Parts: sequence; C-alpha cells; structure tokens
Amino acid sequence: MTNTEPQNRKISSEVMEESSIMSVEAGAPLEVPAEMAGGAAEEERIYVAGQWQLMWWKFRRHKMAIVGAIILIVFYLIGAFCEFVAPYDPEAYFIRYKMAPPTPIHIFDATGKLRGPFIYHRDRSQDRETLRDIYTENRDIIYPLHFFVKGSPYKLWGIWKSEIHLFGLAPDIEEQAVFLVGADRMGRDLFSRLCYGARLSLSIGLIGVFLSLALGIVLGGISGYYGGRVDTVIQRVIEFIRTIPTIPLWMALSAALPADWPVVKMYFGITIILSLVGWTGMARVVRGRFLSLRQEDFVLAARLCGSSEFRIIIRHMVPSFLSYIIASLTLSIPGQILGETGLSYLGLGLRAPAISWGVLLQEAQNVRSLAMAPWLLFGPAVSVILTVFAYNFLGDGLRDAADPYAR
Amino acid sequence: MLGYILRRIAMMIPTLIVISMLSFVIIQLPPGDYLTSYAATLRATGDAVDEAELASLRQRYGLGEPIYVQYYKWMSGIILHGDWGQSMEWRKPVKELIWERMALTVFLSLIAICVSWFVAIPVGVFSATHQYSIPDYLFSALSFIGAGTPGFMLAMVVMWVAMRQFGLNVGGLFSEEYILAPWSWAKFVDMLKHLWIPVVVIALESTAGSIRTTRANVLDELNKPYVETARAKGLRERQLVWKYPVRVAMNPFFSTVGWTLASLISGQTLVAVVLSLQTNGPMMLRALRSQDMYLAGSFLFLLSVLTVIGTLVSDVLLAWVDPRIRMES
Repeated sequence: MTNTEPQNRKISSEVMEESSIMSVEAGAPLEVPAEMAGGAAEEERIYVAGQWQLMWWKFRRHKMAIVGAIILIVFYLIGAFCEFVAPYDPEAYFIRYKMAPPTPIHIFDATGKLRGPFIYHRDRSQDRETLRDIYTENRDIIYPLHFFVKGSPYKLWGIWKSEIHLFGLAPDIEEQAVFLVGADRMGRDLFSRLCYGARLSLSIGLIGVFLSLALGIVLGGISGYYGGRVDTVIQRVIEFIRTIPTIPLWMALSAALPADWPVVKMYFGITIILSLVGWTGMARVVRGRFLSLRQEDFVLAARLCGSSEFRIIIRHMVPSFLSYIIASLTLSIPGQILGETGLSYLGLGLRAPAISWGVLLQEAQNVRSLAMAPWLLFGPAVSVILTVFAYNFLGDGLRDAADPYAR
Repeated sequence: MLGYILRRIAMMIPTLIVISMLSFVIIQLPPGDYLTSYAATLRATGDAVDEAELASLRQRYGLGEPIYVQYYKWMSGIILHGDWGQSMEWRKPVKELIWERMALTVFLSLIAICVSWFVAIPVGVFSATHQYSIPDYLFSALSFIGAGTPGFMLAMVVMWVAMRQFGLNVGGLFSEEYILAPWSWAKFVDMLKHLWIPVVVIALESTAGSIRTTRANVLDELNKPYVETARAKGLRERQLVWKYPVRVAMNPFFSTVGWTLASLISGQTLVAVVLSLQTNGPMMLRALRSQDMYLAGSFLFLLSVLTVIGTLVSDVLLAWVDPRIRMES
C-alpha cells in the first residue's frame, strides 16, 4: 500500500501549493499557517508532513474550534469525575435553603483585604407579604472556601471510596452551604446536580453517536461498496426513516419504553432510540465517501496488487475518509444530546431519580417557580447550549481540517 | 412537466404505504393497550371496573385482534370513509380532533418558513456582498448563535422573560375566550396577535441556517467570470447581484425545502409543548402517554405525509427552475 499513498499525498500538496499561489494573485488573505508560509525549510516540512500532521496544523488555526475543544474537555472531565467536583451529594437537601439563589463568592472582604475565595454567613428571613425566603449576608462571619476538602462520602465510579471534594466549606460548618448555581425547590445544590447531569447527558450523546456510527459504517459501507440492488434497498430504508419527522418519531419510540424501567436500562433504551435515527445520516456520509473513493487510483492499484476486499476497505479506504467521519460524528453529537434533553423534558426520556440536564429542565417546567428561581432554567439550559456550541465549533474546525489539501 | 409531476406522485404511493405501516407498528410497540392502562388507572383510583363495558370497548376498537387485522381495518377506514378511527381518551373520532391541529401545524410551519426566507435571503446576500465588513461579522455571529440554540429552550427563556418583565403568560395561540370558540374573524385576529412569539422561536433555527447557506452560495457565485462580465458591461451592481448570482444561489433552497419543512415540523412539536400551542405537539404527547393509539398513529402518519409532500414540492420546484432535471427522467 505504501507505494500508492505518498504519491497521492505529493500530488495533493502540489495542488495545495498551486491554489495558495492563486489566492495570492486574487488578493485574498493568504490562508496558510505560519509554518506553511515560512522559508524553503518550512516548505520542506510541509512536503514531508503526514496527512494527520497537516490536519493538526490546519485545525490549530481554527481558534473557535480550539475554544470548543477546551470547553468540551472541561465538561467531560466534570462529568467523568462528578462525584469529586460536586461539593454535595445530588440528593442531599438543605431544608433551610429551598430555592435559595446562588451564593455570592467573594475574594476581598469588607475592608478590601484579599482573603481568597470565601462566603459570608447567610441568614434567612421571610418576606411578610409574599412569604418568600430572603437571604441576607452577615458580613461579620466569614467562611473560607477550601479546595480538596473533606465532605460527604462517595464512591468514585462506584469503586473507590473517598470523601475529598474539589471545593467546599470546612466540614465542621453546619447549616451553611455554598450553592454556585443556587438550590432547587427541595433545597438541593443545583451545581452538584448539574455535574451529575453532565455525566448522563454528555455520555448519552457519545454512546448514541458511536452506535449510529457502527450501524452507519456497516450499512453505508455495504451500500456504497457493493452498490446495485443492496444499495437501492438500504437507500430506500434510509429514506423511509428520514421521512418520519425526527422528534415525533423519537417521542413515539420512547413512549414505548416502560416507565418503570430502572435508570440504566432506560439510559440504554434512549441511546438506542437516538441512534436508530442517527445512523441514517452517518450511513449517507460513509456511502458517499465509499462511492467517491471506489474510483480512486490507489484503490484500483491495491486491487491489482491482489489485496482482499476487506484489506482494501480497512487499510486503504477507511484511513482516507476517517477524518470526514470524525468531523460529521462531532457535528451529530449535539443533535443526540438535544434529543435526550428534549425527551427527558417531555417526561418521555430519563426520569428522576436519574439526573440529566433534561431531567433538570423538566423540573424547571413550572413557569411560576421560574419567575422566582430563574437559575433552575438557566443552569441546565446554559450547560446544554454551551455544549452544543462547543461541539458545533469543534465540528466546524474538524471539518475544515478533514481535508488539509483543500484551499 | 405535468408528466414529471404525475410520475413523482405515483412514486409517493409505495412510500406512503410503508410509512403508514411503520407508524402503526411504532404506535403498537408499548406493551398493553389503552384499555388495559385505562382499567389500571380506574383500579388505582379505586373505581369499579365494568368488565362488560371494557369488553364492548375492546370489540369496538378492534383491540384484541392481530396487528395486521387492526392495521387493515384502520387503513381501509381511512381510504374508504376518511375515518381515522376513534380516539379512546377523547371518546371522539380522530378526524374531529386532528384536522384543526394539523392545519395549525402546517400554517405555523409555512409562516415560519416564509419568515425565515424573508429575513435570511436579504441578510445573506448583504453579508456576501459586504464580506468581512462589520455587519457581516455581526450577522455571521448572530446566525451561528441562532443555529446552535435549540428552539424549545429559547421558548422557555421567552416564557420566562415575558413572565418576569411583563407578567404575561405567553403560552398558547389564542386568548382564553377563543380557545373553544368556533373559527371567526375575531378568533383569527386574536391568533395573529399570539402568533409572533412561536413563529420567531420556530423560525430562528432555520433562519440562521439559511443565512449561512445564502451567504456561502452567493459568495461562490460572485467570483465567477459572468459576474465580472456583467460588471464590465456596466450593469448596475444592485441589479447585477439580484438578477444572476442570487437566482443561482437560490437553487439549494428549492432542493431543501422538503427537509426544511420536516425539521420545522419536528422542532415545532417540542416548541408547541413548551408554549402549549394548539398544534400537534401537546395532543400527540398526551396520546402517546395514554396509548391512545389511533390518535397518536394518525399524527405520526400525517406528519410523515407532510414531509413526503414537502419533498415532492421541492422536487417539482427544482424541476421547474432547472430544466435538466425534468428532462432527465
């Protein structure tokens, strides 16, 4: 195989060279990274750089994609280590803090002295007319926020026992609590719940996409590689599925999941439903790539050399369209995350005691309570929207980088 | 042209048959049926369950029969008598419940499409002709945000803002006194007053997408030699842009109108639940929950039919603007 690809690469880099010259002539801003625009030595570097190296260079220039990637890494880390990041148990409730607003975090005290992050003592009183709780800060008592502090015991991933949390108040402080995003109507810490929600909501998108990918690669691959009647049948099936509007279809399918299923079963049920629709998009991308690659010289060369079909697919075709697959994979994750959120919001997806962003949104459904506690809506909504944006940016960057030889 | 349209319609028929089967099977997926869950609810609340009544209802709805018999009865009812079956929960024929809701769904989606094009095309063309200007960056940023914001969350935020700032409950398409009233001019005017919030929410996503498509397409066209030629001949810039590149750039709109409609209807379902609009969303959700299968099935089927029709419309439009397509087949 190695005799075909380097040549292919070289031709393509010449094409790239040419097009960059053209763009100089056209007066358009030169879209070549510093490494590529340098002197002769730099040029040499481009010639010898591998496909993935070129992609990385191209991706790196996409600033928003980098930002998206960083946001996602942080979110996924929070989701993965939610027991550690969350200061409280998501089910632990503070009776005195029903619908308490976010706790202000201070760094400088009343005299302007730098104290590190701390909170003031909060007193609760009640408004005589509206009967709403009012929280006032008592500026005389200061509770510093500690990092790696001892708190409620937990089992990380159900395996390792620990009591250490990323941050929190000292364990001996009673009846005071730090709520980064406020508390819900039962006095549970919304930030902790968001952390736990991240685990379900973010992973459901990933697993769903990988299921779709598996189905999509197999069926799209068969469809694109063999063509003919198999192709027609698979394409028709895809058409039928895509004809039914997605959200009503998801609703109908998830209504079929028994409501009394345990969380884990429900989780996989929802994932499968999401990917039942998702694979069609994947299959189209894969098929399209197969169709165009089938005509390529290096595939023909491999076939003439006597490679088996399987080897041609795995060794020659998949690597050359993998980058496209990764890009469209990334772009289809937000849809699946939103699918889970929407279904859970409707009460058809995950249900309490499961904690996902959709479940949290559903708890924020009551408009009247929202007027008093908007963080119940904005906490989960901002998390979801940030994730969607981050994935869109990342996906855009990846899609541009997927073809490093283009313009 | 007529022959082409007829051929396309003929091709729709097998699709429709398969879709009707799919919808029926999907609706039958939950274990048990409406009557079992109905009886369970009665028992749970301590009411007496009249077995004879249940049996007669079972008979009437054809529940106990094998699924293909049920499907056959449902389908033949629709085709021969326009009878979509009985809604078990509402104790009414489905057709009495469904048409007004579907009409509003279509109406809302069409208005949303019109609004999104009405906004997106001028903005997209402006962005393309003023590439890298401040308004272009502004519009691009806005369209990126719009494309990423899910409609139903936007709807929730809009509800919150209206509640908080104006003390209004913006849900629904009608004022209270008109919800059950028969259609009249006053009811229509009342609906128009409520319409703008759902339309803006529903149209936002597709508007944002359309702005990006228009901008990219027009930009592609603007660099072509024929534009340069026209300019060299002294054609006024405004006339030149709108007469040629924009027209070519519109092609993808025609080819995707079917999918746009489908995604609008799909997204609209969720928004409708949040804003409690009198479209398919809330009623379908309820029917699905209570396993009111003929009602839910009819919704699922009709929504899919809308998509099929949308695809047909976009094919016809495409053939109309592009002679190569209609000649080919």
